[in-house]
Amino acid sequence: MPIAYIQRTRERYADYPPYKWAVNTEAPWTPLPKPIKECRLALVSSGGFYLKSQPPFEKDDTSYRAIPKDTDLKELRIYHHGYRDADADLDPNCVFPLDRLRELEAAGVLGALVDPAITFVINYSHRKEIQERAPKIVAELKAAKADAALLVPV
Amino acid sequence: MGLIAREIERAGIPTLSMSSAWDVTFAVRPPRAVFVNFPLNHQTGKANDPRLQRQILLDALRAFELFWAPGMMLTLPYVWDPRDASWEEKDFGPGFELYGVGEAMQEGFAERKLGRAQA
Repeated sequence: MPIAYIQRTRERYADYPPYKWAVNTEAPWTPLPKPIKECRLALVSSGGFYLKSQPPFEKDDTSYRAIPKDTDLKELRIYHHGYRDADADLDPNCVFPLDRLRELEAAGVLGALVDPAITFVINYSHRKEIQERAPKIVAELKAAKADAALLVPV
Repeated sequence: MGLIAREIERAGIPTLSMSSAWDVTFAVRPPRAVFVNFPLNHQTGKANDPRLQRQILLDALRAFELFWAPGMMLTLPYVWDPRDASWEEKDFGPGFELYGVGEAMQEGFAERKLGRAQA
């Protein structure tokens, strides 16, 4: 059965002001323009992954990191405000499936895997996410000519 | 991330979100989502199980082509452990340690190398 994470978060952080979850009753829509096997697919992760050669994220920032698609996952680091990363430490593909997507690209399941993958750490301000971070990510995806995006939230 | 998904979609790029938190994802309502009932941060599979990771991604990508209305969420038929669902009582519950392998956090953040377990 699915877990009531909103309730558990409320209990876990009972001493803090309650986080206001975004609630929407409808969603925007762009049709998939062609089959996935013809699409340039981008990987977007909020798991806080970055490379040693890049600056780590900072508290409350709205930046992102471009992870070249041929990156060896062992080179990744994590900067994040909280998740159990013992399994990501063993094998980042459980939450950042770059190796698997490269294989699916080679197998022709995807048209192409977009270079680079995009990573960031979510900010608690909805306004900053929507007004500051989202436009940067959209610009990066458009520059990379992504047809579709696969998003893995953390 | 659901908010970002909605903005990317609004900008003309279709998105699929892979979730392991059904209630959070349903609330924010990204345009398309698949739900995998695995512990948080394992929605693309178990560590060191490339066959499972690949199958979950194949199902997710097939779902991407099937969704036909905004806000749909499909549950993928994966079970973390068919013999033991006790993780569901514990995940993110009281006393749940967020950092499994770790160094001290600063202001709730931590900077961590991967591959620590092998080091």
